[in-house]
Amino acid sequence: MQLQPKILIYGYGNPGRKDDGLGSVFVDLLKKWLDSERIKNVELENDYQLNIEDALTISEKDLVVFVDASIENIDDYCLTRVEAEDSKIEFSMHAVSASFILDMSNQLYDKDPETYLLHIKGYEWDYKEELTDKATINLNKALNFIKERILDPGSFKDHVIKIKG
Amino acid sequence: MSRKITIEPVTRVEGHGKVTIHLDSEGNVTQTRLHIVEFRGFERFVQGRPYWEAPVLVQRLCGICPVSHHLAAAKALDVIVGAGTGNGLTATGEKMRRLMHYGQMFQSHTLHFFHLVSPDLLFGIDADPAIRNIIGVALKHKDLAVQGVMMRKYGQEVIKATAGKKIHGTGAIPGGINKNLSIEERDLLLNGGDMMNADKMVEWAQGALDFFKGYHKANSDFIDNFAKFPSNHLSLVRKDGALDFYHGVLRSVDFEGNKILHDIDYQGYLDYIAEEVRPWTYMKFPFMKEIGEDNGWYRVGPLARLNTCDFIPSPLAQKEFEIYKAYTNGKPNNICMHTHWARLIEILHSAEIIRDLLNDPDLQGNDLVTKGTKTKEGVGLLEAPRGTLFHHYRINDNDQIEMANLIVSTTNNNEPMNRSVNYVAKNYMTGQKEITEGMMNAVEVSIRAYDPCLSCATHALGKMPLEISLIDSDDNIIDKKKSK
Repeated sequence: MQLQPKILIYGYGNPGRKDDGLGSVFVDLLKKWLDSERIKNVELENDYQLNIEDALTISEKDLVVFVDASIENIDDYCLTRVEAEDSKIEFSMHAVSASFILDMSNQLYDKDPETYLLHIKGYEWDYKEELTDKATINLNKALNFIKERILDPGSFKDHVIKIKG
Repeated sequence: MSRKITIEPVTRVEGHGKVTIHLDSEGNVTQTRLHIVEFRGFERFVQGRPYWEAPVLVQRLCGICPVSHHLAAAKALDVIVGAGTGNGLTATGEKMRRLMHYGQMFQSHTLHFFHLVSPDLLFGIDADPAIRNIIGVALKHKDLAVQGVMMRKYGQEVIKATAGKKIHGTGAIPGGINKNLSIEERDLLLNGGDMMNADKMVEWAQGALDFFKGYHKANSDFIDNFAKFPSNHLSLVRKDGALDFYHGVLRSVDFEGNKILHDIDYQGYLDYIAEEVRPWTYMKFPFMKEIGEDNGWYRVGPLARLNTCDFIPSPLAQKEFEIYKAYTNGKPNNICMHTHWARLIEILHSAEIIRDLLNDPDLQGNDLVTKGTKTKEGVGLLEAPRGTLFHHYRINDNDQIEMANLIVSTTNNNEPMNRSVNYVAKNYMTGQKEITEGMMNAVEVSIRAYDPCLSCATHALGKMPLEISLIDSDDNIIDKKKSK
């Protein structure tokens, strides 16, 4: 029997700021599907933002997908490959990028999991615990996309795009 | 000719800081302003919601210190449900909350030191940003970087064990706590393997402090003089004057150590503290009413706490406190960069308190909640990692929140942060026509000492952290730079 890869799906963002909660809601919905399908090789994580200890978390996985709300120039959702990359420290904000986490995993633990970032287009960011209708549509499309990939983990790399500036 | 600076709506949700520096015709700095996004609108967000939801709802404020908001709200609601003002909880209720809070202090301070400050110290503030980060630390001092990760993770595990989960914890409820600490949870935190146990955290906290002291010894001119200015200092202290992050009375001292607020009950904070509104920013400027708007501003946070307290109630941190106090001959410390020193002493203290609490059998008690006679209004204060945090709620007859007032730590530090920026601008940018990397770094380092928390809310991809504009006497922007 072929060994299943250890997959981590990691949604982040603030569910109290409307569409910034896309990553969090994504993980909640995916959990229901994973439970119903009895899929055991996928772990879920959910946080406001990425932080340094996540380097240890991802270092123990074969494949990682970060999920975040996006204000970038995309239609609904897209998958990009995360490359390890350092970045300068900032005066605050404390949060770090997925590429930074991957670089830390490389440097501290000599681990380089196959890592992706799922961008889901969001539109509004006010204090409210609900997604906009348009973001919800994007969320559902992105969910279906990831479900297909989880069933065929080797296909993640075939669906990567580059985001136009 | 004056120039009106407008913060556009998008800036309010982006969560980045903006600095503007005005020069006169000879290139002298005439005005500096730090614009930081604030929790504008959040008080309205909780209005109309049942009061018992507040400790969970307010965690939406911040991804770094949700526990501080969680507990400050719970403390205010303790008053409303008649469970006293910080002294009415059961032993298990109070100690579980304390463990949660000290876990929060430990992880937040650790993150700040290892992730944000240690690169500045190891490589210097003028170093290339490509190496001046924790990856650079990992390459040069892997053990230090690994310790930073594990200490932060340990603090998160303490929070998870006490609050129920890492984010949106529900541990603290009005009048107490909804779970105790199981033996399994306790043992994991006390003895959890080589890298994750309470003794190791104390050891590493001491090591980080020793690292800073060594750096200070070799770089005292920079550490002792960068962005240094006198100020008042404010914090909670325990009734006997001890450092206490969870509860106490409100004390403030001036730059020479004279007491201004004499250990007051914070339920009456509005009699002593007010907030000034300035037209160029949404963030208010708190001040002590007794002294007034011009001179009544104050610092909060580690530097302030070690200036207001009389002693630290844990042996290793107390020993370090004595060394620290001796450096300024027992007088208040007004040195901006010594905030890092104070923060490291607080990390050590937090580690000691966590270890002590884990050995306390009260944490396995089952008497979790105190009930009393309900009132309509309550105030909850605590010492969050960045400083004193105020939560104030009033409810209506339907148990809905009808008024909320929050003064967060970063707001309390608004004036000091502006003064730090002003110091850097005058020392680094006078006569300059462009913003160099070194200037940019100096501004960041001066603000970073306060570990400010921005709106801390939206972090969607594509956001920006810091922007600095240099403006000439004709109000033309002569240079503008953004952090990459």
